[in-house]
Amino acid sequence: MARMVSTRRKTINTVLAWGVGLIIFFPILWITVLSFKSEGDAIRTPIEVLTAPWTLESYATVQERSNYLKHFWNSVILSVGSTFLGLLVAVPAAWSMAFVPSKRTKDILMWMLSTKMLPAVGVLYPIYLLFIRMGLLDSRLGLTIVLMLINLPIIVWMLYTYFREIPGEILEAARMDGAGLREEILYVLTPMAVPGIASTVLLNVILAWNEAFWTLNLTAATAAPLTAFIASYSSPEGLFYAKLSAASVMAIAPILILGWFSQKQLVRGLTFGAVK
Amino acid sequence: MATRHSRSAARLMMAPAVVLLLGWMLVPLVMTLWFSFRKYLPLRGGDLGWVGFDNYASFIRSSAFWPSVQVTLTLVVGVLAITLVVGVLLALLLDQPMWGQGIVRILVIAPFFVMPTVSALVWKNIMMDPNNGFLGHLWRAVGLQPIDWLSQASMGSIILIVSWEWLPFATLILLTALQSLDSEQMEAAEMDGAGPLARFGFITLPHLGRAITVVILIQTIFLLSIFAEIFVTTGGAFGTRTLTYLIYQRVLESQNVGLGSAGGVYAIILANIVAIFLMRIVGKNLDA
Amino acid sequence: MGQILLEKVVKRFGDVEVIPPLDLTIEDGEFVVFVGPSGCGKSTLLRLIAGLEDVTSGRIVIDGKDATNIPPAKRSLAMVFQSYALYPHMSVRKNIAFPLRMAGFDKAEIDRRVAAAADVLNLTPYLDRRPGQLSGGQRQRVAIGRAIVREPAAFLFDEPLSNLDAALRVGMRLEISELHNRLKTTMIYVTHDQVEAMTMADKIVVLHAGRIEQVGSPLELYSRPRNLFVAGFIGSPNMNFITGPEADKLNAATIGVRPEHIQVSTTEGRWKGTVGVAEHLGSDTFLHVHATGLAETITVRASGEVGLRHGDTVWLTPEDDKIHRFDSNGLRIE
Repeated sequence: MARMVSTRRKTINTVLAWGVGLIIFFPILWITVLSFKSEGDAIRTPIEVLTAPWTLESYATVQERSNYLKHFWNSVILSVGSTFLGLLVAVPAAWSMAFVPSKRTKDILMWMLSTKMLPAVGVLYPIYLLFIRMGLLDSRLGLTIVLMLINLPIIVWMLYTYFREIPGEILEAARMDGAGLREEILYVLTPMAVPGIASTVLLNVILAWNEAFWTLNLTAATAAPLTAFIASYSSPEGLFYAKLSAASVMAIAPILILGWFSQKQLVRGLTFGAVK
Repeated sequence: MATRHSRSAARLMMAPAVVLLLGWMLVPLVMTLWFSFRKYLPLRGGDLGWVGFDNYASFIRSSAFWPSVQVTLTLVVGVLAITLVVGVLLALLLDQPMWGQGIVRILVIAPFFVMPTVSALVWKNIMMDPNNGFLGHLWRAVGLQPIDWLSQASMGSIILIVSWEWLPFATLILLTALQSLDSEQMEAAEMDGAGPLARFGFITLPHLGRAITVVILIQTIFLLSIFAEIFVTTGGAFGTRTLTYLIYQRVLESQNVGLGSAGGVYAIILANIVAIFLMRIVGKNLDA
Repeated sequence: MGQILLEKVVKRFGDVEVIPPLDLTIEDGEFVVFVGPSGCGKSTLLRLIAGLEDVTSGRIVIDGKDATNIPPAKRSLAMVFQSYALYPHMSVRKNIAFPLRMAGFDKAEIDRRVAAAADVLNLTPYLDRRPGQLSGGQRQRVAIGRAIVREPAAFLFDEPLSNLDAALRVGMRLEISELHNRLKTTMIYVTHDQVEAMTMADKIVVLHAGRIEQVGSPLELYSRPRNLFVAGFIGSPNMNFITGPEADKLNAATIGVRPEHIQVSTTEGRWKGTVGVAEHLGSDTFLHVHATGLAETITVRASGEVGLRHGDTVWLTPEDDKIHRFDSNGLRIE
């Protein structure tokens, strides 16, 4: 039973929570403000910044200088592509683990997760060499495959936890109703798991979008996504605050907006399906 | 609940994932092992032959090795401690009734969407820069000497940046777990005369056990391989060189692949030690 | 057609033998109930027939065809699950049509059969709803509808009524019996409730620890239980078992008398006793009597209201021809 809470207590909670929330959000808020200021105004004191005139010039400069749209599309292709490739491989695997568990299921799952603990840097050079040999360096295809592989364990794990919530009897009913394995997965399991799959997709798109080791080290000009685009602002010229802010806002805005619009699925996804 | 048919189907359907991950793990691993026993300088003569354990010996003897292990572990433990403690407090706060809960939640989640390169750049320049950064302005406004965070308190600054990135994750998981706590249990404890602190200690905290495990597991996986934050902020200077970063420097900056590969093998061993340790705890806790 | 033969069927989970070698014949058109306490293997047996579990050894023959290695989808059996196992993302219409769609029927035929099934089960107004919007009884009917549209060789029911409340259960019991009368298709029905077994079955299979204790018609089981287990399991309230001198007199290790086969008198009779708890149901009165010279409390079912209260002294007389005798192994003595 919900209890009545005094208005005073609720007010205190509200003030505290909003205070903490705004502190955490502040860096993002501040770069948003700076990105609409001129370069000269952006380095003044905060009060002066707020009162300075608003302008879009930084955004124009950033797009002109580093072709934002190209990197944006690279990010979209890499993150969405790798996530869907991952789903293709992970759905059958998660079905097996959730509905035909064996003594080794837990071990295999843990092993898969442990491959994520392998330090990427330890195998950077071999991968680099292989990529050169196969002509995959600085290609979207190569990077899509790598991102798919590094996120595969998480996709499998999340789907596994979601699938386990689906009662096995329903799949058995499908089998009794004459459905083969393909029909069982396509017509019964997948539609029932849509919320879980949506959460998985969202989280993995975000993880891939933000991945900043392989994308920095395996791309040059052609396939570079936004992580690499923004890294080019780490050179001293990045100290142009307004442009750096504009570029940052442009790099994170798509995901922020996607995240906010799909909050419900995302919150579920953010817990990696491990907590109910 | 299975038949021979479904078991063989299961093996077949698991195969692609297992084969892909096995390949992804083994092929580079074997290559790394191979390089680690060779003197291999791509820009200065290429593969110069077999050197036995020389690379391993010189990597571990280098003055940078042990500090880098220490930095790595400090970073992981520091971030875990901050995100868990602050995360629990924040989750408790967000679980209270208030106005605009949805919006506060959005504000708190936001850092998770920020890519590491951006958050590192923003913190380094726009927040922490002693001359023009926001914190510098703030320090001056109250009459203090601005701090050059990333050189004077480098480790703390990096832990702060990384904690900022991971706090949303910890908070959300803990909040979700809190919301699943049966309120009747709380009321029963209240009837039994347990005060707020006792209720937190005996009911809330044990209930959060599984969530805390998940936070530790997932964050450790990601924290062990932190790269962009250091790459962008200090470049490994001021005592912030993690093992990952040290190896990166050996391979790409000094182009000594043999030495770097030996370092890679050490990093893999370290990761495995941590992994075994983690799996022990987590495996038990996740069985529920 | 739906004759089902089990030959020397064995099921082991690891080292645990859940079903020891078991033979059973289910005739075409029969309504067979597997009954037993929980954990007796009745659901496992049903799942073996369905093909949802493999037999460890032995054969399952359906309609003269060895079905042991045929996957469930191809056995032409339909099953109603305990949880109903409806597809939550499909409307009632699509749920019922699903097996037909899987079997590749054309749309007109699917529509015709779904409409017919919905009509029989009074589901026509609900065809476009989702299972989540239905009551327990309606869901149950959808599950049955999904089973009947395929016109299977046999229906399997796995404790289908256990999730319904008592009043609905009686209604659904009648509906399923009527359905059997109309369709004349083999039905195998698993339950732990002996009342369901007695009221619905042509043939009851009593299971205990994976073993068949007795197979027979409800009345056979009631009047001639083969052993103590069956005697105690069938009939409500349970049969009274008496050991000691009273049993010795009849050359038995244990004698059993059903509560309804004991006469109560306030003046005279074979056993004198005191009424402990008296349960007044109106139609009947259940008396729990502590009789002198007997170790066991005797339950008696008296017709109507007898006006006896706690502490009253009564005399009990069993009907001699209704006394069951069992030897020291618990087996019936004829």
